[in-house]
Amino acid sequence: MNWADVGTALFGGVADYGEILALVWNSVIAGAVLGLVGGLIGVFVMQRDMAFAVHGISELSFAGAAAALLIGVDVVTGSIVGSLIAAGLIGVLGARARDRNSIIGVLMPFGLGLGILFLSLYNGRSANRFSLLTGQIVSVQTGQLGWLIALSAVALLALLLIWRPLRFDSLDPQSAAARGVPTTAVSLVFMLLLGLVVAVAVHIIGALLVMALLVTPAAAAMRVASGPVAVPVLAAAFGFVSAVGGILLAVAGTLPVSPYITTISFVIYLVCRIIGARRGRVTRTA
Amino acid sequence: MTSGSPLQISGAALRRGDRELWSGLDLDVAPGEFIAVLGPSGSGKTTLLRAILGLERLSSGSIRALGNEVRRAGNRRIGYVPQQRPLPPETSLRGRDLVGLGVDGHRFGLPFPRRGDRERVRELVRAVGAEGFADRPVGELSGGEQQRLRVGQALADDPGLLLCDEPLTSLDLANQQAVVRLIDQHRARSGAAVVFVTHDINPVLEHVDRILYIAHGRFMLGAPDEVLNSRVLSDLYDAPVYVLRAGGRLVVVGAPDADDAHHHHHDEEPE
Repeated sequence: MNWADVGTALFGGVADYGEILALVWNSVIAGAVLGLVGGLIGVFVMQRDMAFAVHGISELSFAGAAAALLIGVDVVTGSIVGSLIAAGLIGVLGARARDRNSIIGVLMPFGLGLGILFLSLYNGRSANRFSLLTGQIVSVQTGQLGWLIALSAVALLALLLIWRPLRFDSLDPQSAAARGVPTTAVSLVFMLLLGLVVAVAVHIIGALLVMALLVTPAAAAMRVASGPVAVPVLAAAFGFVSAVGGILLAVAGTLPVSPYITTISFVIYLVCRIIGARRGRVTRTA
Repeated sequence: MTSGSPLQISGAALRRGDRELWSGLDLDVAPGEFIAVLGPSGSGKTTLLRAILGLERLSSGSIRALGNEVRRAGNRRIGYVPQQRPLPPETSLRGRDLVGLGVDGHRFGLPFPRRGDRERVRELVRAVGAEGFADRPVGELSGGEQQRLRVGQALADDPGLLLCDEPLTSLDLANQQAVVRLIDQHRARSGAAVVFVTHDINPVLEHVDRILYIAHGRFMLGAPDEVLNSRVLSDLYDAPVYVLRAGGRLVVVGAPDADDAHHHHHDEEPE
């Protein structure tokens, strides 16, 4: 690969940018909604210490999608089924943090192994195979994109509706229960929403990279803010910028979308860490 | 304020598996009364508070709290102050937000603030003397500062009954006194009853009206002098126990497994 190839890979599409953008416009919208809801739900993923669970759910979501591919049913439905099964299992069996991690550790390789088995049995278009693991939003069909957008929007609205009880339960479950918050129901609804968002993210960024939109933006926001409004707003903004920015940059060339999204979200995290560390040093010496 | 008894427990028993934590418990608390609950760990003190809150079901008997039979899980009219637990430094919450959870943490629906919420939080922060640290992240606050804020949270709905579950654990003496003072101030001002679970009676001794001492499935209820003496406790524990007075403080010596009361057992917690 020489510099000309690199140039083509990065900027080969610039001449026709307008036309390409029109073609992938629905992908941009899907990325935007997922970025927002991923950043917001990430705040709770961090507060409830569930980053590992996100990864576990995404592997089972991948297995579900691969199974759907194999038996010839809708892939999005397959990933949702896999996601919800994983989220339900983790929610019911792994209420305590320690149980949870061991259950996820057991589920994850099993899910990934199943997915790989289904994919190797499947002999259709091979582009589909890789895209489930590493994502390729631009290859998702329009009808499915509509679904992904609708699912993200529903998850976003539901998350906002249970926002305050969920926050109370995440930060102080005993006091929340004492004050009449239905903590079990709230936790289960949260797992359900997390399952849905992960299923959407699997199609946009790939099962292996889901955390770049569901964990990194919130982790970055928590480095620089501590208010109940500032953290979620920043997390949603970071998720939005990563997802939309990644897609917009990717369509200018021939490279896949995912590395752009993961790189942007990582750089945002890095910058926030540096800002947070500097501020910490200042307040400590002050 | 509620007239009549803020808390009536009659014939209450609680079984865990085949182990009976306690049975035949009758307790009638008067408005403004301060009750301390003592006993070794695993004796069901926390479970008693959870039963009053409706989070734990009695095996028999009944509880009336603030005039109503306890049926639903959780009760916003009861104030609840939990044990101090360290909050991770990254917790995205400022001091006043911890208090705010008591004001709007139970509300479903789009999270728009209601009129009056901010003012209510400000009042509560002032009431517990937390103005100085209310805008700092809770992860950076000391245990004592966090506990003041938790008292503020518990007072959000001006409760007629306050349940405190080891709220002084791991606080230094000055902070213990400050937290007890806040709780007693609310009791004196509003006539609320206080049920205070503690492993050390001394920080609350001057405020306590009656003591409920639970040990080995049995219990003793009465004024501090009636309960905290060598004869009664030896009888309760079925072993020689000595209550010593030194410099205005009470020390219980020889109570089996009373020492590990410092480590709060979390196996009684909900998930």
